[in-house]
Amino acid sequence: MPKTLYDKIWDAHVVHEDSDGTCLLYIDRHLVHEVTSPQAFEGLRMAGRKLRAPEKTIAVPDHNVPTTPDRVKGIENPESRIQVEALDRNAREFGVHYYPVNDVRQGIVHIVGPEQGWTLPGMTVVCGDSHTATHGAFGALAHGNGTSEVEHVLATQTLIQKKSKNMKVEITGSLPPGVTAKDITLSVIGATGTAGGTGYVIEYCGQAIEELSMEGRMTVCNMAIEGGARAGLIAPDEKTFAYVQGRPHAPKGAQWDAALAWWKTLKSDPDAHWDKVVTLKAEDIVPVVTWGTSPEDVLPITGTVPAPESFSGGKVEASRRALDYMGLQPGTKLSEIEVDTVFIGSCTNGRIEDLRAAAEILKGRKIAVKRAMVVPGSGLVRAQAEEEGLAQIFIDAGFEWRLAGCSMCLAMNPDQLAPGERCAAPSNRNFEGRQGRGGRTHLMSPAMAAAAAITGRLTDVRELTREPVSG
Amino acid sequence: MEKFTNLTGVAAPMPLVNIDTDMIIPKQFLKTIQRSGLGRHLFDEMRYDDQGREIPEFVLNQPAYREAQILITGDNFGCGSSREHAPWALADFGIKVIISTSFAEIFYNNCFKNGMLPIVLPQDQVDLLMEDARKGANARIAIDLESQTVTSADGQVFGFEIDPFRKHCLMNGLDDIGLTLEKVASIDTFESRAAQARPWV
Ligand code: SF4
Repeated sequence: MPKTLYDKIWDAHVVHEDSDGTCLLYIDRHLVHEVTSPQAFEGLRMAGRKLRAPEKTIAVPDHNVPTTPDRVKGIENPESRIQVEALDRNAREFGVHYYPVNDVRQGIVHIVGPEQGWTLPGMTVVCGDSHTATHGAFGALAHGNGTSEVEHVLATQTLIQKKSKNMKVEITGSLPPGVTAKDITLSVIGATGTAGGTGYVIEYCGQAIEELSMEGRMTVCNMAIEGGARAGLIAPDEKTFAYVQGRPHAPKGAQWDAALAWWKTLKSDPDAHWDKVVTLKAEDIVPVVTWGTSPEDVLPITGTVPAPESFSGGKVEASRRALDYMGLQPGTKLSEIEVDTVFIGSCTNGRIEDLRAAAEILKGRKIAVKRAMVVPGSGLVRAQAEEEGLAQIFIDAGFEWRLAGCSMCLAMNPDQLAPGERCAAPSNRNFEGRQGRGGRTHLMSPAMAAAAAITGRLTDVRELTREPVSG
Repeated sequence: MEKFTNLTGVAAPMPLVNIDTDMIIPKQFLKTIQRSGLGRHLFDEMRYDDQGREIPEFVLNQPAYREAQILITGDNFGCGSSREHAPWALADFGIKVIISTSFAEIFYNNCFKNGMLPIVLPQDQVDLLMEDARKGANARIAIDLESQTVTSADGQVFGFEIDPFRKHCLMNGLDDIGLTLEKVASIDTFESRAAQARPWV
């Protein structure tokens, strides 16, 4: 029977299948961060259980860590410190691979995993974090889970799972200049809604996806969860193999050849069955921003704030509430919305290519916002950006140049919005209070966020582009 | 894990769609390293003002709903992050059953790990139960897991679907890890086979 890529990875990892289709699925890589793991380690300790495969477990603190240079002196907030210290202790006690705060390889778990070669095609990868979907860019089946399941994986290296349905999202043709991976993924969610992928694993394909870099593909898969999907996947190809080769934990020598041979089979068969298909034309995709408090509240930057009455059902009330929270009036041009803060970072868009795209817009220009910060996704991304001279471009433009972490993607560390403060951010969630109580978030691509920093309002990056940007 | 078999109680109406995990438990409360005590912060930003005072209009602050054990909600409840703090907060407050037209998947999954029952019903039935819920203590809703039914205040019975394995675990209070460790021989076999087939993993 013809199979999808998801079917193939799934089948290769089934340990046991019950008659009702409930499966025990083997987990190749388990990523761990400080927020969703303490209760899981505690559970193990209380039950006297050991870690089944510490060598397949990778831990890194990211959500709570401050991103200012003074963090070497320790974390001031006591609760954050306790969580990070708990991870330090658990990582040491249970013997997992660990990248502590002061290690140059530390960063956001979903950036560190691929960077270190922990994430490989055809693997199952899980983490107590919904944006684990990011790793799907490598053709790995990757998804988030709750703390009970973190404990389950720690103890058994498996998860109890039922198979999801197959959904294909095809982006035909090539992206126009100024349009990026972020615009693809937001536009898909705009088209399908935040529950459009519920019950499915999405495979993204088509020319525009093939033409994306690995960084861009990670951006697309990262937000599969915002579309409600269990996971997002992209079939591995030469770009994937080139990215993986030579990474610290990637296979070498004969093992590399064997791995490559298998990885090359990891694509959906031409006549595989899809339960749902969505097709978008790349040429129809434009730079987009969100106006509301759900990632599905997305519109072209050339649009206007919609009226709640233009929706139906529960969305009418939800968007009324969203506009009230966002302090926006229907009919306002999106490009006239002024922002106070620009935050460039997160596991969606905190990689080197994202920093390049933003720096390209910022070069030789100055910010017109109160506050702008750039937070590289890992210490290594930061080092590379410094080497390429990007850091200086950001600093000259008026940006703060920070250390790696989740930072202002979510308000768990000192980087937060004040009530009513409006932020342009290439992160992934614009929920109420996500970046700080009362903070207002507009999601967009890194280049668009850079453009907003220059003009002080949401801006069509194509007005500022000197050459086509990518990423 | 606590067993769940049946429940008759007051339901709180929350007709909003896309109630996300940041609304259920804002991230400043994720810094705990324990599971208990989060009920106080459930729906924090809707429930309390900037000074930490209760907002009287919020449903769970109204006398009729302070002891609610059931939530009736709009579409796509629990979307957003994977934080298990969301079901922990709901459970700690006393919510045992959530009824909606749809749930986000990770949240749905997490409910079962904590002895809670999320129930999916069609829109018209959810609307009817929402009306019941608006009547507070005057309209109690009954849930029976064995027969997979929800009974409205005026006696209408709605059947719901649930995965048989999850039902079995809930009704018997079974812990997943214990169940899986019974299959440890299969895991061993899988691992040695995989070590041959994909030695680079
Ligand atoms: S960067 Fe944001 S979305 Fe990504 S893991 Fe950190 S908090 Fe989550």
